[in-house]
Amino acid sequence: MHGTGTVSTFSRRHFILTAASAAGGLLVGIGAAPEDARAATISNQPWNDDDYARHEIDAWIAIDPDDSILIRYQRSEMGQGSMTALPMIIAEELQCDWSKVRIEYASSTRSVRENRVYGDMFSHGSMSVRQSQKKMQQVGASARERLITAAAARWHVAASECVAAQSVVTHRPSGRTLRYGQLAAEAAKVKLAQEPAIKTTAQFTFIPRPIPRVDLVHKTDGSAKFGMDAQVPDMVFAAINACPVRGGKLKSVDESVLSGAPGVVGVVKLENAVAVVATGTFWRAKRALSRLQPEWDVGAAGSVDSAQLSAQFRAALSERMVIARNDGDVDKAMSGAVGTFEAIYETPYLSHSPMEPMNATVHLQPDRLDVWVGTQDAERALGAAARVSGLKPEQVHIHNAFLGGGFGRRDANDDIAQAIAIAKVIKRPVKLIWTREEDTRQDRFRPHAVVRFKAAAGADGMPTAWSMRVVTSSIFRTVGIPFPADRAEPPAVDCLESNGYEVPNTRVEVLLKDTHLPVWFFRAPGGNQHVFALEGFLDEIASASGIDPYLMRRKLLKGKPDWLKVLDTAAEKGDWGKPLPRGSGRGIAISTFTDSLCAQVAEVTVKPDGRLKVNRVTVALDTRHMVNPQTVAEQAEGSVIFGLTAALYGKITIKDGAAVQGNFDTYRMVRLADAPRIDVHLVPSGGDIWGGAGEPAVPPVAAAVANAIFAATGKRIRTLPIMDTDLSRST
Amino acid sequence: MITIDVNGVSRQIDIEPDTPLLWVLRDVIGLTGTKFSCGIAQCGACTVHIDGAAMRSCSVPIGALDRSKVVTIEGLSPDNSHPVQRAWIEEGVPQCGYCQSGQIMAVAAFLKTFPKPTDADIDASITNICRCGTYERLRRGIHRAADLMKA
Repeated sequence: MHGTGTVSTFSRRHFILTAASAAGGLLVGIGAAPEDARAATISNQPWNDDDYARHEIDAWIAIDPDDSILIRYQRSEMGQGSMTALPMIIAEELQCDWSKVRIEYASSTRSVRENRVYGDMFSHGSMSVRQSQKKMQQVGASARERLITAAAARWHVAASECVAAQSVVTHRPSGRTLRYGQLAAEAAKVKLAQEPAIKTTAQFTFIPRPIPRVDLVHKTDGSAKFGMDAQVPDMVFAAINACPVRGGKLKSVDESVLSGAPGVVGVVKLENAVAVVATGTFWRAKRALSRLQPEWDVGAAGSVDSAQLSAQFRAALSERMVIARNDGDVDKAMSGAVGTFEAIYETPYLSHSPMEPMNATVHLQPDRLDVWVGTQDAERALGAAARVSGLKPEQVHIHNAFLGGGFGRRDANDDIAQAIAIAKVIKRPVKLIWTREEDTRQDRFRPHAVVRFKAAAGADGMPTAWSMRVVTSSIFRTVGIPFPADRAEPPAVDCLESNGYEVPNTRVEVLLKDTHLPVWFFRAPGGNQHVFALEGFLDEIASASGIDPYLMRRKLLKGKPDWLKVLDTAAEKGDWGKPLPRGSGRGIAISTFTDSLCAQVAEVTVKPDGRLKVNRVTVALDTRHMVNPQTVAEQAEGSVIFGLTAALYGKITIKDGAAVQGNFDTYRMVRLADAPRIDVHLVPSGGDIWGGAGEPAVPPVAAAVANAIFAATGKRIRTLPIMDTDLSRST
Repeated sequence: MITIDVNGVSRQIDIEPDTPLLWVLRDVIGLTGTKFSCGIAQCGACTVHIDGAAMRSCSVPIGALDRSKVVTIEGLSPDNSHPVQRAWIEEGVPQCGYCQSGQIMAVAAFLKTFPKPTDADIDASITNICRCGTYERLRRGIHRAADLMKA
């Protein structure tokens, strides 16, 4: 009964996820794909160490005699498309035939063994492309030059007489050609006297190019393997319940109630959690766990609730703070001002809630640990697994899979630590899955933040000074990133400190107030809440001054052509200023994040009874450069929905120290019926830096929508989520 | 013992009858294309066809399915050729992809009832959650799939 038709072979060195993937089944389905999708695709995921045997040029590239090219991708694929983009950059320099490219995950174990050959392996901060772009170019250029050098040696000619294109090296004077597959073995032995120069963006011929992502076809037929899809022989299933009050401990649990429960092979007590382990199905473990009534030692945190936290954060607005930015003299400018403004904005804790709940599958042996997981950082996961297991890093094998969403959550690897702790007791391969409720309540949350703004305006109504005082919690301290206490940690003030407006007197200050709740990076940290606050407050000044919100922003961005380009594009394409029926309105917002710029215009309709519909969001996005405009546009569209869920519905409420919301019935998500039409306009401005794509379209959404609601109703939203405000005309 | 047909293969399932179909598919039969996300029929990531109807398999006990015909994403077509799959590839719908098996199965069943759907039909019937927010392309994909079915 158990495991029928799944794992048929098993060896110590080669763990097979499913019979289908072992047989190369992941390539099934290409036949039905349109021409473009037949280009590069993934092979063999997750990575397994048998592939060392390929015809490697180096750790990144292997070329077989039939010209098929394997490119290893060192970061993670969580939907952001970098598994397509990074190999595209390599292909740009390699001058290879993209249709012959296959891509697989690089191994963090190999990186540990070979002096970090893959460098940083994480995917966060929209950094996969912008931090790897030069390195990927160098990898591709180096391999190309070695292939050319090998060809020149074969022909006894100068390498300078040879060129490479479409996986073929040509000797120009004679017209002779050799295919990459004929040269790879020799190229692997070539040592270059010096690394070749990489192309300038003006020399690119392959990118930017809108092509289908390499994982596309595998995500339409069920063959893409996520961490939760790992299947290991003799595996058992674990469900876990950690203390709902963070920091609490397990006091006791009566496991006798599970006597005779089908398949249950053990109850594992951890310091702060209890897990039930069962054979056959995860359901058995989950159901048995639900019958336990653990007693917790929760301490003082057990009486904390959201109202107290909000009051404490607001009270702390008057405390001494760390200065993040201080231009001009805000106090002096305020004292002589014609008009002054003040407002407090507040944003709640949020759960990341990726569709795939946290999970990890581990096989712990005396001298080897295998972990199947979707992680945003396979190298960090390896380090964590080594620490918890007590094994050496080179004995740990992380088999990274596709991530069913990440958004920052899959950087923490707490699921791996738990799975190893359970495996130590059970002594069998274990697949640990968090229920949706566990995933929500045991999240490391987007921080709660309160911002108090004060501003002064001149006779023309334009702001001359503003002060922004922030109270929030330290992400760096939860993560364990050392940072001086007398400086403002960047995520706590991002998009306030880095706002683009020319206001001569600007002061940004922050106070980090930690609670018992762990906080974490959440797609567009800082920006995902502070742009709502800043752009809402600026709208208040515009409204009070009788200045059009778009035109006020234009004036404040004078002399910044890149900012004006995205602002103007969003306004023009979003029909700014065109008439709308009563009850409808438009709002605009702009911000910079990860060196990209994004402006958005939202158009909403509010019915007399208060029902809100976001009809349309127009996005202008400047990522400076692009590898694949299609995946950049996808990220912008998805970011709008992600930001809209947070704006409309997102809120984790704390009661008796614990998160109240558990599943999607109480932690609401935007669905298709709520989704606005989204028009994305990509306006890359070029230059020396590359901007991120995965996050910069998140921050403006909430502000654009809230400002549109003000335009439609005259109601100013200063606290998220919007659903907590009654928008009906009677109030 | 429950007998079910899964993707054209008859299976004898000997397990507690309250076990949801989702876990029989994933853990007993080994078909992992059907996903677990919420466990309470809220999100639709586990959607399969039971006797032709789209159902959220996390909330359907196997004991109620004796002699039923189940089709999962792996059985929708042998080669990604179902119009919904083709439309998904042509429109580039998936990002992380985790919800897409359920989205595709929900849409495939929906289009049998609504061969020429309006946006209002779609809004009322397709309620699966996508955390990546692929709704813009998903909606286009539904209309394209409807066109492909007519062709």
